[in-house]
Amino acid sequence: MASLQSLNITARSAQTTPAPSVRETEEVAKLIDESKCIGCKACQVACMNWNDLRDEVGTNVGVYDNPQDLTASSWTLMRFFEVETEPGKLEWLIRKDGCLHCADPGCLKACPSPGAIVQYSNGIVDFVSENCIGCGYCITGCPFNIPRLSKKDGKAYKCTFCSDRVAAGEAPACAKACPTGAITFGAKADVKTYAEKRVLELKERGYVAAGIYDPPGVGGTHVMYVLKHADKPELEGLPKDPQVSPLVSLWKGVTKPVMSAILGIAALAGFFHYMSVGPKETEEDGDK
Amino acid sequence: MANNLIPRYTASERRNHWIVAITFVLAALGGLALFHPSFFWLTGLFGSGTWTRILHPFIGVVMAIFFAGLYFRFRRDNKLAPADREWLQHFGEMLRNREPQIDTGKYNAGQKYIFKLQALTVLLLLLSGIVMWQPYFAPAFSVTWLRIAAVVHAFSAFLLILGIIVHVYAAIWVRGSMRAMTRGTVTRAWAKQHHPAWYREVAKTAK
Repeated sequence: MASLQSLNITARSAQTTPAPSVRETEEVAKLIDESKCIGCKACQVACMNWNDLRDEVGTNVGVYDNPQDLTASSWTLMRFFEVETEPGKLEWLIRKDGCLHCADPGCLKACPSPGAIVQYSNGIVDFVSENCIGCGYCITGCPFNIPRLSKKDGKAYKCTFCSDRVAAGEAPACAKACPTGAITFGAKADVKTYAEKRVLELKERGYVAAGIYDPPGVGGTHVMYVLKHADKPELEGLPKDPQVSPLVSLWKGVTKPVMSAILGIAALAGFFHYMSVGPKETEEDGDK
Repeated sequence: MANNLIPRYTASERRNHWIVAITFVLAALGGLALFHPSFFWLTGLFGSGTWTRILHPFIGVVMAIFFAGLYFRFRRDNKLAPADREWLQHFGEMLRNREPQIDTGKYNAGQKYIFKLQALTVLLLLLSGIVMWQPYFAPAFSVTWLRIAAVVHAFSAFLLILGIIVHVYAAIWVRGSMRAMTRGTVTRAWAKQHHPAWYREVAKTAK
């Protein structure tokens, strides 16, 4: 997506001064209630449709996941998990995978290209593809394994949260298409209240470990889940306590200015050393 | 060759050195551009951000290959020797342009440590750079490896650039050094003063 002038920017990749952010917009969120999901993939179709994406036709590998993984042209994907939550009790869990739109986005932190990744003040994290240089650092930074480099143009892509639709006051395409209401879109505060209600209902139905997946390690996310087994998100390929890796923080945090400053100081030290003591001349005949 | 000049580097060694020097400058400028936003404008030197990303790894590989050439040419002369300890003890005096008498060979302790630092960091840069290299090699590695590689690459590059700042400044500071790498020769006086043990060796074999 291009950067949307109608949405305010909270953070912009590789920028050391504040992004334009005088206007305040309400934080939005999408809630994916796995207990309501029937795995119909209408969200995948709606995503393809709205974003004009046509992935390559893959092959059947004996499971329902189709395509098998997120790609540069498949920004959302139903993942199917057959798990034994307790011995002898098989459960079929379905999770709609895609970007979670972290409040503290590792991709944005890692990105070296100014403005290739922006975080709007409504919480959406968007890739501004024309500024993308294709280095793949967003992949290195992401705690959820979401961005994918395109083989076609070498640029990184992921779910945009339909930022263009949201900017115009519309719900994301996937939320609009979902036939069971498993995807709820709205202000994050409202969505969270609804999620809490759903969790209580699930607990009444016997899912004692039901809960909301809104991991605090990444500052919370703008795509949240209601999980039947929130104590074990790794059952469905979600990290238990995700955070921007300390390695990424080390790489892209304080070391950047400190190491740059030391290099500058080293060059200046040489200059001032020369100006203070002068060159080391060769005695006798000297240099020609 | 004039009588007061003695050879220090062959033409082949000089070409090898300057290929490494040029590719280093290009790799460093492109690398800095992607390292800190303040340097992103350096991508303009390569055409664009995307071109910088495309070219940087290839430049780095050329540098590493030719650095290996330098490494094997100069490895023998860069082994630490007893005189090096003495050199390190007098380093402070030397910075103030005093001349303690130390029986230095072809390279002094400072040069040897810079040489070792360069060898280590170039190797680390090559290995970590391959892991990070999109779109060819990076997809073969797990994200943990990508993260480790990114940190190793940044730290090694930092140390290498720091080492090269020292290397270049030393060549500017110590008059008569630069011509060793541009013309291949140094003056007898220079050799006697800075590398007496090497000078004796050269004078002996020249006879």
